[in-house]
Amino acid sequence: MGLLDKRFENSNIVITKMDDLLNWARLSSLWYMQFGLACCAIEMMATGASHYDLDRFGAMPRATPRQADVMLVTGTVSIKMAERIKRLYDQMAEPRYVISMGSCANCGGPYWEHGYHVLKGVDRVIPVDVYIPGCPPRPEALLEGLIKLQEKIRKSSLVELKSHKSPSKADQHMAG
Amino acid sequence: MSPQEILNKLTEKFADAIVEAKVEGVLEPYAKVKVESIREISSLMRDDSDLQFDTLMCLSGMDYGKGILGVVYNLGSIAKKHKFTLKIEISVEAANVSSVESVWRTADWHEREAFDLFGIVFTDHPDLRRILLPDDWEGYPLRKDYQVQEFYHGMKVPY
Repeated sequence: MGLLDKRFENSNIVITKMDDLLNWARLSSLWYMQFGLACCAIEMMATGASHYDLDRFGAMPRATPRQADVMLVTGTVSIKMAERIKRLYDQMAEPRYVISMGSCANCGGPYWEHGYHVLKGVDRVIPVDVYIPGCPPRPEALLEGLIKLQEKIRKSSLVELKSHKSPSKADQHMAG
Repeated sequence: MSPQEILNKLTEKFADAIVEAKVEGVLEPYAKVKVESIREISSLMRDDSDLQFDTLMCLSGMDYGKGILGVVYNLGSIAKKHKFTLKIEISVEAANVSSVESVWRTADWHEREAFDLFGIVFTDHPDLRRILLPDDWEGYPLRKDYQVQEFYHGMKVPY
């Protein structure tokens, strides 16, 4: 971390950049919205459980979009569900982030050709920050995706955040 | 009862309605019946004291190609421990079948599914709406000649 190290020496004064403080706060408490779509959600539950312990990254599930910072799209996005996902994303307060987990959410996965009911990638309705490949990705991959997102937040600045609408392709990170 | 005995019982009452039947050498013995008589036959299958088909195990829509649709009824009897299959065929132009929801309540959602994915209309069904797809979806996806729509509510559907 290094941000707040050794800055508490004699007084209670901390000197840092606003950007660094905000980014540190944001990346250290990435509360994710508690919802799952398919088998990837089972891996997400495994990641959240004690063995992989997602809580140690400051990520914990919130059952409402109003209190969530990051949306984990875990599974097949049916076209019927896509409109609900868009609405949930719109209900999240900014700054908000999206991790697309697994092949289905990335590009339609095995349903890409004949899945008339499947949205071929959740990035057709909401902007995605991190894509995690896999079918389904292992919990380690989800953890790495979360860490990639933390890296991305660490590099962001207030000026950028203000214009944070949809990330360009260059801003997107591939995990794994 | 053996499949042959079940078929004999059916033939006794509905000789004219049975188009085709096969009870030997098939995994699921079946009788293909005329579409007009499906509800009467279903009632008999349920109420006859020897048959007692108390369960509709599955109801499936079919597209046999060349404009022929079908419905398959897999019946089972918990009381008598036997099973039998009924089949009907209809043309795409007149895809109307009497609902058997009044005979087996199970048929309610099964028929809605067949309507949703094949466009088979079940007359006298109490609540015939799409069950899986959105209400304003275009077309019936499991038909052989189905072409997926390009956009749905502004979202591109094909890859």
